[in-house]
Amino acid sequence: MATASDREALSGVKEEYQYGFSMPEEYVFKARKGLNHEVIDQISDMKNEPDWMREFRHRSLDIFLAKPMPTWGADLSEIDFDDIYYYIKPVEKQGKSWDDIPDSIKDTFDRLGIPEAERNFLAGVGAQYESEVVYHSLQEQWTKLGVVFLDTDTALREHEDVFKEYFGSVIPPADNKFAALNSAVWSGGSYVYVPKGVHVDIPLQAYFRINAQNMGQFERTLIIVEEGASMHYVEGCTAPIYASDSLHSAVVEIIVKKDGRCRYSTIQNWSNNVYNLVTKRATTEAGATMEWIDANLGSKVTMKYPAVYMLGPKAHGEILSIAFAGRGQTLDAGGKVVHGAPNTSSKILSKSISKNGGRASYRGLLKVAKGATGSKSTVVCDALLLDDGSRSDTYPYIEIDEQDVQVGHEASVSKVNEEQIFYLMSRGLSEEEAAGMIVSGFIEPMVKELPMEYAVEMNRLIQLQMEGSIG
Amino acid sequence: MTSELVIRDLHVAVNDGEKAVLKGVNMTIRQGEVHALMGPNGSGKSTLSYAIMGHPHYTITSGDILLDGESILELEPNERARRGLFLAFQYPVAVPGVSMANFLRTAVSNIRGYTDQPAPAAEGRSGVVGSNLMPMREFRKEMLDKMDEFHVDRDFAKRYLNEGFSGGEKKRVEILQMAMLQPKIAIMDETDSGLDIDALRVVSDGVNKLAGPGLGIMLITHYQRILNYVRPDFVHVFYNGRVVMSGGPELAHELEQKGYQWVKDQFGANGEQ
Repeated sequence: MATASDREALSGVKEEYQYGFSMPEEYVFKARKGLNHEVIDQISDMKNEPDWMREFRHRSLDIFLAKPMPTWGADLSEIDFDDIYYYIKPVEKQGKSWDDIPDSIKDTFDRLGIPEAERNFLAGVGAQYESEVVYHSLQEQWTKLGVVFLDTDTALREHEDVFKEYFGSVIPPADNKFAALNSAVWSGGSYVYVPKGVHVDIPLQAYFRINAQNMGQFERTLIIVEEGASMHYVEGCTAPIYASDSLHSAVVEIIVKKDGRCRYSTIQNWSNNVYNLVTKRATTEAGATMEWIDANLGSKVTMKYPAVYMLGPKAHGEILSIAFAGRGQTLDAGGKVVHGAPNTSSKILSKSISKNGGRASYRGLLKVAKGATGSKSTVVCDALLLDDGSRSDTYPYIEIDEQDVQVGHEASVSKVNEEQIFYLMSRGLSEEEAAGMIVSGFIEPMVKELPMEYAVEMNRLIQLQMEGSIG
Repeated sequence: MTSELVIRDLHVAVNDGEKAVLKGVNMTIRQGEVHALMGPNGSGKSTLSYAIMGHPHYTITSGDILLDGESILELEPNERARRGLFLAFQYPVAVPGVSMANFLRTAVSNIRGYTDQPAPAAEGRSGVVGSNLMPMREFRKEMLDKMDEFHVDRDFAKRYLNEGFSGGEKKRVEILQMAMLQPKIAIMDETDSGLDIDALRVVSDGVNKLAGPGLGIMLITHYQRILNYVRPDFVHVFYNGRVVMSGGPELAHELEQKGYQWVKDQFGANGEQ
């Protein structure tokens, strides 16, 4: 229940809102904790949204409230939905000062070699003028090509027709409890539209769009790649994201039209208090390709299974997933491929690493529908355990309703090999360095798919993660 | 000062401590000397090389290993490497996903002390991970020069360490590492095993190039044939966990003619004790 003072604060907000969304810095709005239809209305009012979106949010909330918590995967029983702010206006985050950031996080920025502008952004401090310049010049090039790259809230205002056509079409609110939650309270995220035949050569990075509110707890990303078009989207970064919010539940929907190509790369390194429960799914039409590269470190609990639904003949889906779990962490990651048309092909490659008692699991679904003749799929999941107390599990679900298919599944679990450690140590590497090098090598097949600067940071991050993990 | 590795009455057991593998090895190797250690399979030659480098599976039950007068038994393998020891492995292990160049740069940076320097950083904070390695340009030039010199194709810089390398390629890469790390004393464990005659020649040439006043070599071998290319100053016959005969190059020829049965006949009874 809202207290009288809450209501008072909120009514003030509504009044002030008419002066525009871009508020001066002293303006701070924080919805009260907890979730009900009143909060939904406040969010919709704040954003001045069309009625259909408001209704969508209300409907989603009902679904969220009605759906039971998932009983599989990680333990989510400690999440207290009443103790969460569902909407915080971004200026509040930017109002933080650099001095508020814990030293451990600052130190990690140093050690990863994160540029100054970027680290301010990551820490949620201040505006990033340098990057804005970069972004604006890129934005001009994209605009000439007809590419739209905006934060999702702005896209809803400026491109409502296309937005409405696709929003919620790949991941309906009823898909799962957390998709319903996101649908009810989403804010921020990216919207990308690539017109027919356009190839975007430079990876689109959420980082460029930093002045927008793209770092929310409940981001909503929508990407549409038209016929024969291609793009690469990169989100996240290797530095730990300093989040005081304990629940992150994003939804990413991607539509790849005939012969289009989309690659979506993620590196996420949440602080260790965060529940990261994300639904990501793409549909691919005939001849189209979707690739997910998804690296997950940090967080308390991560549950994430990027999916590709192949709906047209010869569509292709690829999922490369990395999960690195340390002390007290559960990373339940993997992928989902659904073959819904003939001659479709897919590949899942999962690498999970567990150390200091952490638990990193692979969970995947391979489904071949009736009629998807001539389809091929390969699933490879490798787990690396750094010590005896750590754990890795594999849950490969396979449903095949068609005879004429080729399916391969390989799984391996290995421990860091003593002979490798000895060999590297005999060349002057410390035990930690040696183990770090072996881990870097283990995930190299994926890291080499990342843009160069991310790959470099990723390797540094692995070394950092390994520090103090031996002995 | 000339470095020397002294192995003094060394007794070594495999980890459970039950089975003694080395039973009192004595040996001294100085910089500038080439020693050949010959012996039949199972005589404990590889155990000796692992024990010198500090493999955790082997326990020193008595005796000592000294480098320049100081015991190294308490040192980790990487510390031994930094003091100037090198082991060329009989079976170099593959490390998938780790490029030769990346591995070698890290190794060289450790051995040459670059990593002792704190990474450059803002005051009061630690620097970027990996920024205290040997400068890339300098390293690259040296590596490529050495690759050419030791007949390792430049493409190997990008290849994953020992992964999918043929036997001969692995051994050449071991020699390359040795050339980069510039040890004072190198133990070469069966460097000649599994090589055809051409590969043997290339590897032997490499050893000869490296041999000199700054390097002491212990060449462990089962066969005499590598000694046609690499001329040892001293030859030791190893049998049943210890050195049973020592001499000059002529000993290798005698062994070649008479075979290991000759050694077994002479020392079999003793060795069993």
